[in-house]
Amino acid sequence: MKRILILGAGTAGTIVANKLAHELDLNEWKITVVDQSEIHYYQPGFLFIPFGIYSKNDVMRPRRDYLPRQVEVIISEIELIEPDKNRVRIKKDNRTLPYDFLIITTGSRIVPEETPGLKEHEWRKTIYDFYTPDGATALARQLRRWQGGRLVLNIVEMPIKCPVAPLEFMFLADWFFHEQGIRDRVDLTFVTPLPGAFTKPRASALLGDILEEKNINVETEFNVMEVDPDAKKIISYDEREIEYDLLVTIPTNMGDPVIERSGMGDELNFVPTEKRTLKAKDYDNVFVLGDATNLPSSKAGSVAHFQGEVFIDNFLRYIDGLPLRETFDGHANCYIESGFGKGFLIDFNYDVEPLPGKYPLPGIGPFSLLQESRLNHWGKVLFRWMYWNILLKGKPMPITAEMTMAGKWL
Amino acid sequence: MATATLDLPVELDAEGFLVNPNDWTPEIAEKLAADEGIELTDRHWQVINFVREDFAKTGEPPTLRRITKQSGVSTKELYQLFPKGPAKKVARIAGLGKPKGCI
Repeated sequence: MKRILILGAGTAGTIVANKLAHELDLNEWKITVVDQSEIHYYQPGFLFIPFGIYSKNDVMRPRRDYLPRQVEVIISEIELIEPDKNRVRIKKDNRTLPYDFLIITTGSRIVPEETPGLKEHEWRKTIYDFYTPDGATALARQLRRWQGGRLVLNIVEMPIKCPVAPLEFMFLADWFFHEQGIRDRVDLTFVTPLPGAFTKPRASALLGDILEEKNINVETEFNVMEVDPDAKKIISYDEREIEYDLLVTIPTNMGDPVIERSGMGDELNFVPTEKRTLKAKDYDNVFVLGDATNLPSSKAGSVAHFQGEVFIDNFLRYIDGLPLRETFDGHANCYIESGFGKGFLIDFNYDVEPLPGKYPLPGIGPFSLLQESRLNHWGKVLFRWMYWNILLKGKPMPITAEMTMAGKWL
Repeated sequence: MATATLDLPVELDAEGFLVNPNDWTPEIAEKLAADEGIELTDRHWQVINFVREDFAKTGEPPTLRRITKQSGVSTKELYQLFPKGPAKKVARIAGLGKPKGCI
């Protein structure tokens, strides 16, 4: 019996577990999944919690319900990965799990402790995050009773999970305060370390225009050094200051601490990974998918999904002694909520930035690319159903893993 | 960047970065620094030398976080040495490509 060990059953780990259980002969392979909690969160839903569109319960499901019955599921913290000994130590019963192949899908998380002043006495009083279910829920409570003032959203440093979410937050905040009848009493400011609203030129220009149309201030190239929670201001390394009444922060994102403990990560605990094969750079029987990689692709569920497709084909070749194909192209596909029941869709990869056009999707589309439409908003709404029922289960989606140029305007 | 006025014997891209990192010399670094309004001191060189050694190992211009964690120069000082966007300025003066936009 050969053993495959999957660390982390979030979007990437769950997809991989389902695909492997479907493709491999389970008389020859034993698949084990380790995760530290029983709950699977629909992370794209966190964005909607602060505005009362979803509640915490809307984004939670039992993790085991989405994992195949044929795989062993262990709920435990992971103590240490020992890649030189092909084994992993876990907390539960002090067990050691040996493996033939290891798949690291431990994701990324926010680390507000990296910025002085952030996670201190004003945390969740005047400073909030929305990248955790508790943070998003606390912010929902705050926004419901907030009477207006200066709301500042600050991205501490790149890369972050879902780089469009902070922009969507601003668009939805503009809509939310209109609905509350207090938009005229709210000053919205978007603060980013990037030179523009987004990482890619054409999308950045377009999204920057929308921020302006919606009367949202933008402060660029702002690298926050510290937060002064008493004076309520954020201070950059080049000594600029921005005052706020309510700070919504996207703290530093880092890989799981177990990666650091195991000496397998870069400065942010992300695992060095081969860009187009998803094999760990330093180990021949370790693969890394989802947010845990150090790849210059987006940290997003769509990327985890496309990686899952590329991985399974490659892995089936690899175990038969064939060389890995360099097939992962960095493909990402993101809906961007722009408020008032509308949305955008962007589609891009390592080499092609988001372009305007039409996205061909059999049955429902075409969706407008890089242009606002009501259908794009409904695409996002429908996506939650697709996530639980199709995507996590590793079933075929009507979207190709490799990006297509069809419909894109150059 | 006033790249049009720069008189260098090497090829620069549209944003003023060296096209070929092997063209780099300390003299070119001095000129690129001057173009950014920076006069290079020992502290600058500590950063530049680290960045070049690291690039030789990894093939990527290091991120700001990597520079501060490994070069012995704090983020605060880095901003004083290379005001406004140290990651980009260091990469340019050290003759490397533009740091990859993380996304």
